[in-house]
Amino acid sequence: MNSFPGSGLIANFLFVFCLATTAAGALIAVISNRLIRSVSGLAICCAGLAGLYYFLHSPFLALMEILIYIGAVCVTIVFAIMLAEPDEPASDEGRASGLLWGGLAVAGALAIFFGLWRLGASTNWEVPAQSGDGSVAAIGISLLTNYSMAFELISLALLVAIIGALAIARTGRSKPQSSQ
Amino acid sequence: MTPLYDRLELYLISAAFLLAVGIFGLLRRRTLIGMLISGELIFAAASLNIMAFNRFTVHDPTIGQIFVLFILGLAAAEVAIALSLVIAVYRNYRSVQTRDLSDLKG
Repeated sequence: MNSFPGSGLIANFLFVFCLATTAAGALIAVISNRLIRSVSGLAICCAGLAGLYYFLHSPFLALMEILIYIGAVCVTIVFAIMLAEPDEPASDEGRASGLLWGGLAVAGALAIFFGLWRLGASTNWEVPAQSGDGSVAAIGISLLTNYSMAFELISLALLVAIIGALAIARTGRSKPQSSQ
Repeated sequence: MTPLYDRLELYLISAAFLLAVGIFGLLRRRTLIGMLISGELIFAAASLNIMAFNRFTVHDPTIGQIFVLFILGLAAAEVAIALSLVIAVYRNYRSVQTRDLSDLKG
C-alpha cells in the first residue's frame, strides 16, 4: 500500500521500540530504590504507552497520555517527593524475611503474567466488521451526545477530588497548633 | 503475513506484563509513594487492554477511547487525593513508610 521502500520494516522496528520502552520503564519504576528514579521510570513507561496507543489508531489518546500522565501525574508525584523525601529505607528487617517476601512477589507476578499470556494467546478472538472510524471528530460527537453522562461524571469526580485534596491539606495544617 | 503491530496477542501480553510488574511493585514497595506508582502501572495495564480490544474486536472504535479517557481522569483524581493524604501523613508521622503507620487512635 505504501511505496516507500522498507516502510513495513521501519514500522515494525518502531513498534518493538515502543514495547521495549514501556517494559523497561515499568521495570525501572518498580525495581530502583530511589523514588525519583522510579517516577522517571513511570514517565518513560507512559511515553512508550503513548506510542502503543498511536499504533492502536488513536493519536488523540496518545496525546492525552503524554499530557496527563507525564505532564500532570508524574510532575505532581515529583512535588510530593520533594516535600516528603521518602526514599526506600535500607532493609532493616531480617534478610531471610526480605528474601521470602521478594520471592513471593516475584512468584505471584510471574504466575499472573504467564496465566494471562496463555489465556490471551489461546483464545480465538472474533474480529467483527468495524463501522465507525474512531477519529477525533467522532470522539467529540460521542462525548457530547451518547456519552455526555460520562463526560459530566468525570468533571464531577475531578471537582470532588480537588475539594477533597484541599480539605485534607487544611486539617493537616491546623492540627499541630491545636495540640499545643 | 500480518505486521507485528496488527497482532492483538502482543498488546495483550504487554498489558499482562504491566499488570504483573505493578502487582510486584505493590507487594515489594515499602513507601506510600512507591505503592502509588505501582498502582499507576496497573491503571496503564487496564487502559492498554481496553485500547487493544477496542482496536481489534469492537464494532465502533470510539467507545473504548472514551472509556480510556474516563480512566485517565479517574487516575488523575486518584493521584491528587492520594498525594494530599501522603502529605498529611508525613506532617503527622515525619515518615511515609508503611511500617511506621501503625497507630489506630481515633
